[in-house]
Amino acid sequence: MLCAALPLLWLPLAGAAATEEPTPEPGSPGEPPPGLALFRWQWHEVEAPYLVALWILVASLAKIVFHLSRKVTSLVPESCLLILLGLVLGGIVLAVAKKAEYQLEPGTFFLFLLPPIVLDSGYFMPSRLFFDNLGAILTYAVVGTLWNAFTTGAALWGLQQAGLVAPRVQASLLDFLLFGSLISAVDPVAVLAVFEEVHVNDTLFIIVFGESLLNDAVTVVLYKVCNSFVEMGSANVQATDYLKGVASLFVVSLGGAAVGLVFAFLLALTTRFTKRVRIIEPLLVFLLAYAAYLTAEMASLSAILAVTMCGLGCKKYVEANISHKSRTAVKYTMKTLASCAETVIFMLLGISAVDSSKWAWDSGLVLGTLFFILFFRALGVVLQTWVLNQFRLVPLDKIDQVVMSYGGLRGAVAFALVILLDKTKVPAKDYFVATTIVVVFFTVIVQGLTIKPLVKWLKVKRSEHHKPTLNQELHEHTFDHILAAVEDVVGHHGYHYWRDRWEQFDKKYLSQLLMRRSAYRIRDQIWDVYYRLNIRDAISFVDQGGHILSSTGLTLPSMPSRNSMAETSVTNLLRESGSGACLDLQVIDTVRSGRDREDAVMHHLLCGGLYKPRRRVVCLNQDPNKAHILHLYKASCSRHFISEDAQERQDKEVFQQNMKRRLESFKSTKHNICFTKSKPRPRKTSRKKDGLANTEATNGKPPRNLSVQDTAAVILTVESEEEEESDSSETEKEDDEGIIFVARATSEVLQEVKVSGSLEVCPSPRIIPPSPTCAEKELPWKSGQGDLAVYVSSETTKIVPVDMQTGWNQSISSLESLASPPCTQAPTVTRLPPCPLAAEEPQHPFNLPYDPRPSFAFPPSLAKAGRSRSESSADIPQQQELQPLMGYEDRTHLSPGTANSHWCIQFNKGSRL
Amino acid sequence: MCHPPPAVREDESVGWSWGGQELGPDECMNGLDLVSHSQITRLYSRFTSLDKGENGTLSREDFQRIPELAINPLGDRIINAFFPEGEDQVNFRGFMRTLAHFRPIEDNEKSKDVNGPEPLNSRSNKLHFAFRLYDLDKDDKISRDELLQVLRMMVGVNISDEQLGSIADRTIQEADQDGDSAISFTEFVKVLEKVDVEQKMSIRFLH
Repeated sequence: MLCAALPLLWLPLAGAAATEEPTPEPGSPGEPPPGLALFRWQWHEVEAPYLVALWILVASLAKIVFHLSRKVTSLVPESCLLILLGLVLGGIVLAVAKKAEYQLEPGTFFLFLLPPIVLDSGYFMPSRLFFDNLGAILTYAVVGTLWNAFTTGAALWGLQQAGLVAPRVQASLLDFLLFGSLISAVDPVAVLAVFEEVHVNDTLFIIVFGESLLNDAVTVVLYKVCNSFVEMGSANVQATDYLKGVASLFVVSLGGAAVGLVFAFLLALTTRFTKRVRIIEPLLVFLLAYAAYLTAEMASLSAILAVTMCGLGCKKYVEANISHKSRTAVKYTMKTLASCAETVIFMLLGISAVDSSKWAWDSGLVLGTLFFILFFRALGVVLQTWVLNQFRLVPLDKIDQVVMSYGGLRGAVAFALVILLDKTKVPAKDYFVATTIVVVFFTVIVQGLTIKPLVKWLKVKRSEHHKPTLNQELHEHTFDHILAAVEDVVGHHGYHYWRDRWEQFDKKYLSQLLMRRSAYRIRDQIWDVYYRLNIRDAISFVDQGGHILSSTGLTLPSMPSRNSMAETSVTNLLRESGSGACLDLQVIDTVRSGRDREDAVMHHLLCGGLYKPRRRVVCLNQDPNKAHILHLYKASCSRHFISEDAQERQDKEVFQQNMKRRLESFKSTKHNICFTKSKPRPRKTSRKKDGLANTEATNGKPPRNLSVQDTAAVILTVESEEEEESDSSETEKEDDEGIIFVARATSEVLQEVKVSGSLEVCPSPRIIPPSPTCAEKELPWKSGQGDLAVYVSSETTKIVPVDMQTGWNQSISSLESLASPPCTQAPTVTRLPPCPLAAEEPQHPFNLPYDPRPSFAFPPSLAKAGRSRSESSADIPQQQELQPLMGYEDRTHLSPGTANSHWCIQFNKGSRL
Repeated sequence: MCHPPPAVREDESVGWSWGGQELGPDECMNGLDLVSHSQITRLYSRFTSLDKGENGTLSREDFQRIPELAINPLGDRIINAFFPEGEDQVNFRGFMRTLAHFRPIEDNEKSKDVNGPEPLNSRSNKLHFAFRLYDLDKDDKISRDELLQVLRMMVGVNISDEQLGSIADRTIQEADQDGDSAISFTEFVKVLEKVDVEQKMSIRFLH
């Protein structure tokens, strides 16, 4: 590991050495002004940031090296390794520069290194768990810390009185109390570093960790009070000063928390209005949290408490307000910064320990301190737990107490505080520094190393990371409601009562105030879980699905004329066709050969596997839209906008489609549903539809549907770019419109043929599959020829199967209506329960006629892939799902009934518009 | 399983008899026998203060008068759970029996003899209490419709019906093992096996 770190270390050292020599300043008096220098060495100008960057780089590289070996990191906590690395580096620095450099400066530590760690832990604190155990956490943090400080300080003083501490350590009782106060606090950085690798159960973790965060207030107060007492001199301390000390405990802790909450409020409120400047969202989070820290620090309140409360308080609203990408950005930046700071802290701790000028060793003091902090920590934990267990629903057992006692790690906070001591006022400072270093090293290295085996040996309940399930979420909500209700009935205003009250208040006022309206509307935990589960499934599906698509592409090489079509993205195709060009499928209707089958295969593949690219479709022949398009392009070029919407929506579509499929395949494989029960649709229906199509076409309406559709698409894009709030509602509406027209028309037809019995509201939706017609052996788009499936335009340039596009529209919009984020303004769909397509189509794999013929028209590779992934029983459903629209055909045939009626109604809409 | 208590008692002193001899023989009460005397006193005074009709029993209206319960999304269901099937009144015994579900499980109870009747606050009974809130038609299955009703109560009004339906579908799929598109009690217990029900369905007050 050193080989990686060493060269990097030499560079700043060499540079630092260079700066020490008096370098001739350009233009200094007495020297002729030098000519134009080709090369100038300006180390001192970049020295500070350069060194910072280098140290972080060294630390990161060291981390990489550590993690090269799994064995090492599984045995030794990273913090130990970093401290040891720091020791080595410090030794090298000492040897080279002959003086200790690059130590952990208290100022740097408190202003730059600590905030990211605390923010990270506060922001990602599991708030429910935290508040569930708040009582215990507060007890340990306040009472425990006070107890530790006073007992340790007093015991050390006693040790000195007993003569076990060398007389050269000149310290009064007050000095020892001061030392006790800074050495007693459990350190959040160290606890986090060690416990994150141990994985004890959640309750235990939150108690130890919460304590380490919240005890900061107590530590700060104790330290400041003792420090000022020491500076005043113990003789001058009045009784009122003690009272003030007690009062300042409340001021510092409550004040810090208040500052944090105020900034959390501001932060949430600010992010409510960032919808047009998404890019600064992550920045805002960090800025305001840091501002909270600095404000609290400025007012000498507890800064750690402030940032913790800020992170804890704002998270819910901020997460709801900011975009998905900003959320990721916040998460990763926060984690990166925290991990960086932690790494640097431990490494600098190691380096600082090398500086022997600060050391003054006294074995009695060091050993005594070590013993007392361990002993009093354990004693305190046992006593407090005994009291707490009288009130706790789930008592903390002995093993928990052992881990809690042993997990009381001290860290950099203590070190920084001890460095801050004034040597003139505290003559024993050097001894205290040495002792603190030993204590920190002992707890981090020895306890950090042994806690994992200890936890294993004691069989401490570990945390189980199981996937959250919808059932759990739902039922736990039920439990909460039940408990709140029971407390109401009993008339006991306990924890559940107040939680319920808070939730009501939050829902009624706070969330409304702090969340943007669109986020507030869809804010629901159960929905959130559902959504997240879907996303996770989608990701895993895409991981698998990618290879299906690509392999299919590879196995279709015999498409010379259509290769370009396969390669050109469908997006392009449609964009071009959208520019007024319409489709003439009869042009290619010359040869019926194997190529046709491939066409069909391609067609199904596209229908099933691709997202609907209509949003990129740009219609250039409508002037108002041009402006929109220009705006669009401008927006995507500008760095102030992240034009995420188009891409995101497409992702969403892909996701939704895939999700649906997976869901269906899940259903069908699990329940082994047989598809033979659906009834054939009466022929009359299709004829009726054909008639419709006929009349429509013979009416002589120009086939304008595409351009109209495209216009809508453009508007959609612009809307989603500009107006996010309406995005979720209005675009949904727009999207749904396609279905609605279709749906109405179809249901009309269905009603005419008196099959409305199948149009009952959803529970078991049923679609009436068309009976196979005489056009059996034709391509989907060709099957409808006689029924005007194909539109001919004068500007024929491109070939796009019409029903393919409408097919996309239908399948996708119906999926969107099902899986899209909730919107209140999709009334048309909900208003029309018997709408067979909007509500029922997504389910149709259930009801499709199942044709087990082996010559199922599928890309062989697809079928192969399907078979390789699932059992053969799951095979056919899956195949069917891959063609959500045209699933009811067999071989290369698409029965004209449904598809034709779909698009002809779509046309209907177009001409109506 | 416990059966509904015997006839409603008009006896004002019914609350006091729990500490006495009546408690022992009634095996249905063995979830209650650890409730302290003072606890019973407190609950009894709560009972009487809820009992506006002053007839020793509570009606649904008595419960609905509790303001917080009125805004609880599951309030009505929970009120119903207090009433034995087909009855409109609940006496103190029934009141206590329902509350007994939420008593925390003590350590010494865990090691109790397995042969005895299951206490009301056992994990299984706690779960069954929750299960009954879903299962309206009492067929020991949560159907999609029943789940949808509960979901409708719990999630905001802004979630559309289809979305709710897909949530319900997924929930059932997750839990369903026998393919009947409904969640039976066994399946219900199974999906919650990793949840600390003992803790999440207990109230310290009822210690």
